[in-house]
Amino acid sequence: MAAHTSQSVAKAAGDVENTDDARGRSRWTDSRATGRSGGGLGRALATHWYAWAMVAPVVLVLGVIIGWPLVRGVYLSLTDANERNVGRTIGANHIEATYQFVGLDNYADVLTDPVFLQRLVWTVTWTVLCVSITFTLGLVLANMLNREFRGRAAYRMALILPWAVPGFVSVFAWRFLFNRDNGILNKLLDGGGISAIPWLDDPTWAKVAVISVNVWLGVPFMMVALLGGLQSIPGELYEAAEMDGASAWQRFRHITVPGLRSVSMTVILLSTIWTFNMFPVIFLLTRGGPGDATEILVTQAFKEAFISSPRDFAGSATWGVLILALLMIFALVYRRSLRKQGEVW
Amino acid sequence: MTVTTRTSPPARGKRSPLASAGLHTTLLAASVIAVFPVLWVVLTSLKPAKHAITTDFVKEPTFDNYRYLVEETSFFTWFGNSVLVAGITTVLGVFIAATTGYAVSRFKFPGMKPLMWTLLITQMFPMAILIVPLYNLMGQMGLLNQPLGLIITYLTIAVPFCAWMMKGFFDTIPVEIDESGRVDGLNPFGTFWRLILPLAKPGLAVTGFYSFITAWGEVAYASAFMVGDENLTLAGGLQTFVTQYTANWGPMTAASVLIAIPAALFFLFAQRHLVAGMTAGATKG
Repeated sequence: MAAHTSQSVAKAAGDVENTDDARGRSRWTDSRATGRSGGGLGRALATHWYAWAMVAPVVLVLGVIIGWPLVRGVYLSLTDANERNVGRTIGANHIEATYQFVGLDNYADVLTDPVFLQRLVWTVTWTVLCVSITFTLGLVLANMLNREFRGRAAYRMALILPWAVPGFVSVFAWRFLFNRDNGILNKLLDGGGISAIPWLDDPTWAKVAVISVNVWLGVPFMMVALLGGLQSIPGELYEAAEMDGASAWQRFRHITVPGLRSVSMTVILLSTIWTFNMFPVIFLLTRGGPGDATEILVTQAFKEAFISSPRDFAGSATWGVLILALLMIFALVYRRSLRKQGEVW
Repeated sequence: MTVTTRTSPPARGKRSPLASAGLHTTLLAASVIAVFPVLWVVLTSLKPAKHAITTDFVKEPTFDNYRYLVEETSFFTWFGNSVLVAGITTVLGVFIAATTGYAVSRFKFPGMKPLMWTLLITQMFPMAILIVPLYNLMGQMGLLNQPLGLIITYLTIAVPFCAWMMKGFFDTIPVEIDESGRVDGLNPFGTFWRLILPLAKPGLAVTGFYSFITAWGEVAYASAFMVGDENLTLAGGLQTFVTQYTANWGPMTAASVLIAIPAALFFLFAQRHLVAGMTAGATKG
């Protein structure tokens, strides 16, 4: 099928890339562009209008449905907008918005509220634990799958399954397994003589539960990405090292680790952002509960706007802006630390 | 860093039987953990509702849950809504993203660097910051509870990522092909449309697949924007089976199976290229 033809093309393409000249190769308009640089706007338009025309749709999308709401979100966070005073249309009647600009009041409220610190601490704990456990398990499994043995393909298929099933379906499946009175996990424990664990009803166990589910969901991506990285390390390196008497640990330390650096940096960054913003797992598994024990920043923002009553749009926007600010800071720090290590990124 | 079928490095020495046993034990344990929850849902969906919470693997297998799902719930309406929303998002998203991916891959133009950065940064936008303004906007335009509202919203997720992945795919197509097109008198649009796009079909398929799955599995926007039984998408519909007060596990598991099977099949075909696209796009920037 399509998958088969695509494999061979991607393989050929992959080989081109692996020789690592893809980056060095000049793009075909480079010479033209540099040759004509320094002209006026008209000349720039003449040279670049193809490119600009091709990116126009995306710029439009970014501007209209991401840029504008973003600006609007920041603005809302500076007002006292809620369910009752935003403009809306009910049937044929249009009600004008009556909310007012309140400056930084919302930020002062949120930041001085101990709830913010609680959420932040738990969100960071959740992100760090999830990403580190997922990465470690993914690395171990990828290293195992990178050897040759019977049944490798079957294992690979089985291990990828959690990624293949839509996330919200898996989360419901886990909710079913975690069920306190009737869930299979507690039944199994019971069979082993251990009393039932209140998986989703006890603050600590609920935290364990959400982290486990997120790790379960995240490992396949890590594993496949790292396996790809491992397979792009030339086997000759290992042979040469073995010839020189390097131990298994030394080969891992000095060949595998540096060889995986660039793919690791990417997957860790992606995974951190995804986990930080992981809405479905928390929302569908525990609804942030019991109480508010597993509420992370993103679910908190959602709760403010869509679950609490009256709906507090301004408050939610404030949480949103704070989340974005935190992620931006993280990305900048991450990028800077990569630069220090000599990665071009 | 492509994840392609490649023969693994030649076996370095022989493993001891002990190491081999350890390897298989670990992998077997991991596989069981990975497969069990999914398997359990499938098995439960085949049990009669009164046995849904028993621990027997198979007990009086029946399709009652599926029959209930089809006859008593709006499952197919939700399914249709999801297909419609995810399908249109995919087509629009991939088309818009492909031209941008190509431009960014092949041309050097003023505004390229900022555009690349914007695409990267928008991927980290939490839905938390966009959801309220979009909700209000949709409310004002009367698009709440409309598939169109959800489609527009999902484009915010799909487009930046697809553009970024398409760039990675176009980067792997040799520039000599563009040059030959130019020599033959094609303008850049013609080159893109007639030469490069056909070659990038695998890339298009994978990006399309990615946006479909993203839209198919999205929860937050769907829960906030769509209310009323006939407007729900699958993510919202599934939530109605298991609320704080009731737990209708039988139909829920049956619905899960029906939702997961098509997605999983497609996924297993496309996943190799999916990872290649994501990591290549991000590292070759």
